[in-house]
Amino acid sequence: MCQKFTQISTFLKILQISKILELNSKLLYCISLKFSIFRRYPYRLPYKYNFKNSLDMKTYKMSKDRFPEFIEKIKTKGQLYGPVKGNGKYSFEEIEKFEDLDFDYQRTVIGPKKFLTPPRYQTLRYDKSGQTDVFVSDETQIVIGVHPCDIHGIKILDRLFLGNIKDPYYEKRRNNLIIIGHSCLPDENCICQSTGTDMVEDGFDLFFTELADHYLVWVGSDKGLSIAIENEDILTEEISEEEIQEYVRWQQKRSEMFKSEIPSFKYLADIIHLNYDSKVWDQFGEKCLSCGTCSLVCPTCNCFNVEDRISMNTEDGFRERILDSCTLPCYSMVAGGHDFRPDRTSRLKLYYTHKLKEYIGRWGQPSCVGCGRCVTYCPVDINVITVSKALYEEVCENQEVCE
Amino acid sequence: MAITTREGDHSYVTQPAKILAMKDLTEDTRYFKFKFLDESIVEENYKPGQFAIMSLPGVGEAVFSISSPPTRTDFIEFGVRKVGSFTEALFKLKVGDLVHLRGPYGDGFNMESLRGRDLIIISGGLGAIPLRSVLLYVEDRREEFNQVFFLNGARSPADMLYREDIIAMAQRGIIESHLSVDKDDTGEWPYHEGVVTTLFPKITDRVVSEKTTAIICGPPIMYKYVIQELLKLKIPKDQILMTLERRMKCGQGHCGHCAIGGRYTCLEGPVFTFYDVQHIKELI
Repeated sequence: MCQKFTQISTFLKILQISKILELNSKLLYCISLKFSIFRRYPYRLPYKYNFKNSLDMKTYKMSKDRFPEFIEKIKTKGQLYGPVKGNGKYSFEEIEKFEDLDFDYQRTVIGPKKFLTPPRYQTLRYDKSGQTDVFVSDETQIVIGVHPCDIHGIKILDRLFLGNIKDPYYEKRRNNLIIIGHSCLPDENCICQSTGTDMVEDGFDLFFTELADHYLVWVGSDKGLSIAIENEDILTEEISEEEIQEYVRWQQKRSEMFKSEIPSFKYLADIIHLNYDSKVWDQFGEKCLSCGTCSLVCPTCNCFNVEDRISMNTEDGFRERILDSCTLPCYSMVAGGHDFRPDRTSRLKLYYTHKLKEYIGRWGQPSCVGCGRCVTYCPVDINVITVSKALYEEVCENQEVCE
Repeated sequence: MAITTREGDHSYVTQPAKILAMKDLTEDTRYFKFKFLDESIVEENYKPGQFAIMSLPGVGEAVFSISSPPTRTDFIEFGVRKVGSFTEALFKLKVGDLVHLRGPYGDGFNMESLRGRDLIIISGGLGAIPLRSVLLYVEDRREEFNQVFFLNGARSPADMLYREDIIAMAQRGIIESHLSVDKDDTGEWPYHEGVVTTLFPKITDRVVSEKTTAIICGPPIMYKYVIQELLKLKIPKDQILMTLERRMKCGQGHCGHCAIGGRYTCLEGPVFTFYDVQHIKELI
């Protein structure tokens, strides 16, 4: 049996390596030679990063008709959330019964970041006698049906909030969250293959890969393992050779389904660096509505504002954090009225530079996970694909490398 | 995080501090002196140039440069200009009232690495507030530094901060001060008139460029012109230190407001060198 885990995991590795090789086309090679002098960022490892040896990853199989039973059992562990269709869109909502769940979705409007850094939450309460910190209760939250891109998004938030300085509010929520992933098939807006986030090896507790009549269940953490052990009557470790073959075929089919890509994602940091003064930014700035939708839906956007509110009786009040966006006006305005980024162009430039370039210098990886939310929801079509394409074309305009 | 956070505290813990004294410096700028209620907190583990976050329940939080030096450990001082809702509420407080402080945050001037060097301290307007911490540090540990020049620019004689203190320090030979105002509307200003860069000729012949460190703080417009003068004096780029201002909410690199490219001013600043400025776009 042990051999079979190894087989699956090795296959995953090979798939990733072959993907990298594919990327290394002649064109990109030329660009890499041309631009490599600009690559001055050391690829630093994140402060806290647990390398899990994927060979140790335990894998189970579950028959599809036992899934409702699994949901019933997992519900006893805490409040369960999962993808639900409502109002024509999907979102993670509270789950009462198995029938509420709908796993046949591409993306929810807001990702699982809402469980970790909710758009609005209290941090402090005070009255005339003093102040107390507000923390969430110890109740476990379970979110099921999270796609690989969103799991990568959570990993990026973890690096920021659980790095050298830990954010106590995030930490509490993160410790109380159980993440159960679910496999997905891409649509025309999915770009996770370009960003390298179409597969996950860690960051989840359990991960369900849906095949024809059963699930492959991957265990990604101790929490996940204990859930798996509790459910051993539903899960089995017997995975046959045919089932592995079926998984392999499914992976191949999935990887061929991607229609969109970010051109030369690997070199985007350099391309942005070269394009710092490009007129492309002005063109996008002209179009941008400064509405903040991109930050609201992005699974890695986490900037927050802090505001105090006093209740109507003027006796007590609270301090709260509200999701903010660097594309909104006044984002960089200081007391006295000086605004460091008064125009849309400079704010939009901060958004994309920070996300696609500067994150690499800080954490070794851009903070775009290719979920396609900005592609779907930006009302004026400013998104990672259009921005990176425009920048790519701009830098290639007069250069023979792009032929 | 030495002042307010102790073992076991989370990073947003604030400490109540009492207003010991306050004094109007100019029409809209006031000096505040605080003492922590918790006697075990000693105000010494910070660098000049670092900042603290002050909280008033019901009003909010705001960032202020610490203007007292780490060498004076019985109290902590700030200089505040009334420009917004928070400072308006702060100005309404009386001696003995409480505020909540957390910090210090950011990376300040590393005074220990400047031992034995000449200093040119250049301040414009409110820039004198964080630089007061540097000046008082120099006063308390004068033997650690060689010659110290202080150039100060203000809009008018009434806008000049800490005038008596600076003149007293100059008379005692601690610093060589050169003061200037953009426009003397009183007709009684005994010193130079003109922008701060016009003070440079007074010190040019005595600056030893390889031994000198320049420390700048002032309004955004000032940096460009002052740096030009310093480069003319051949001060090395990594010895031109400046402290910058950005909007901040958390002080811990999480809220994102102070990001300049990938740098967070609250973690890697507010003190930057001219070398940083050349390599990070948008810094000044």
